[in-house]
Amino acid sequence: MKLEFAVYRYNPDVDAKPYMKDYSLEVEEGTDMMVLDALMKLKELDTSLSFRRSCREGVCGSDGVNMNGKNGLACITPVSTFKGKKIEIRPLPGMPVVRDLIVDLTQFYTQYEKIKPFLINDEKTPAREHLQSPEERAHLDGLYECIMCACCSTACPSFWWNPDKFIGPSGLLHAYRFLIDSRDTATEERLSGLDDAYSVFRCHGIMNCVDVCPKGLNPTKAIGHIKSMLLKRAV
Amino acid sequence: MVTNAASLGRSGVHDFILIRASAVILTCYTIFMVGFIACSAPLTYEIWHGLFSTLPMKVFTLLALVAVLIHSWIGIWQVLTDYVKNVSVRGLLQFVFVVAAFCYLAAGIIIVWGV
Repeated sequence: MKLEFAVYRYNPDVDAKPYMKDYSLEVEEGTDMMVLDALMKLKELDTSLSFRRSCREGVCGSDGVNMNGKNGLACITPVSTFKGKKIEIRPLPGMPVVRDLIVDLTQFYTQYEKIKPFLINDEKTPAREHLQSPEERAHLDGLYECIMCACCSTACPSFWWNPDKFIGPSGLLHAYRFLIDSRDTATEERLSGLDDAYSVFRCHGIMNCVDVCPKGLNPTKAIGHIKSMLLKRAV
Repeated sequence: MVTNAASLGRSGVHDFILIRASAVILTCYTIFMVGFIACSAPLTYEIWHGLFSTLPMKVFTLLALVAVLIHSWIGIWQVLTDYVKNVSVRGLLQFVFVVAAFCYLAAGIIIVWGV
């Protein structure tokens, strides 16, 4: 069985502009593999091909790429998903390309920093730990699992147009994770930092983030909760 | 927090409330007008004139025109800040659109109060 690929190639030191390069792989009939495995085999054929990968099991979030128009993790996307069609692999959209499938995620991380992704608690430090009931802990389910692969934010047009101002779905999922955490006491401060026309309200709820999240999370729902919190605070 | 002066609202929440409140008014006005036209067939000049002669309809129309101004101001600002990155061009376009929306309002007031 022959697998056909078209991979985005761009080396700014050598290439005047990006181009798509065709590759093919011979694999045993009836077998399957992940796109990352295919990329690694392609790299054996063409060592100049560059991409990020680490855990190869959907935990580290390093190998987010765009496959046939949809963002996802190469390591947990089987090639059989594409039903024998040619697989076009491109870097995550909207981000500056460093080389081939590697993008510069500085803006993504800058937005993440803005939401203060750490617990803030100005109460007296407990002797052992901040306790949380099982019910309070349950609020964090569906939020803490984000691996920051950037698949969601780079699938979001609002983030494409304003990556310097709109926090993006991933950052906002994390923002809500701390807003809803019973141990965090900086709710007012956090909401004040989000109460502008860009940070949260640039989300128009088109749900591209939900569609592409490889962990099955729902940033749009979290953003809706943040909007409700901001609204209750203002009205 | 990102600050901005070109949008109508004082904050993201303010814009959020204004755009939805104005949308509710415009929806109600549209439903009423469609319903009125559908139920008044054949629509004659007298029926149309009679409708706009009443004070509640004048106020409702004025309210809808103010809602158009608010809704379009914020909406256009959002679209322009997404797609027009040149600040001078964006400022000019924003000015043109807001002036046009004010012209609609002024024309609406004169027309409705002339009935």
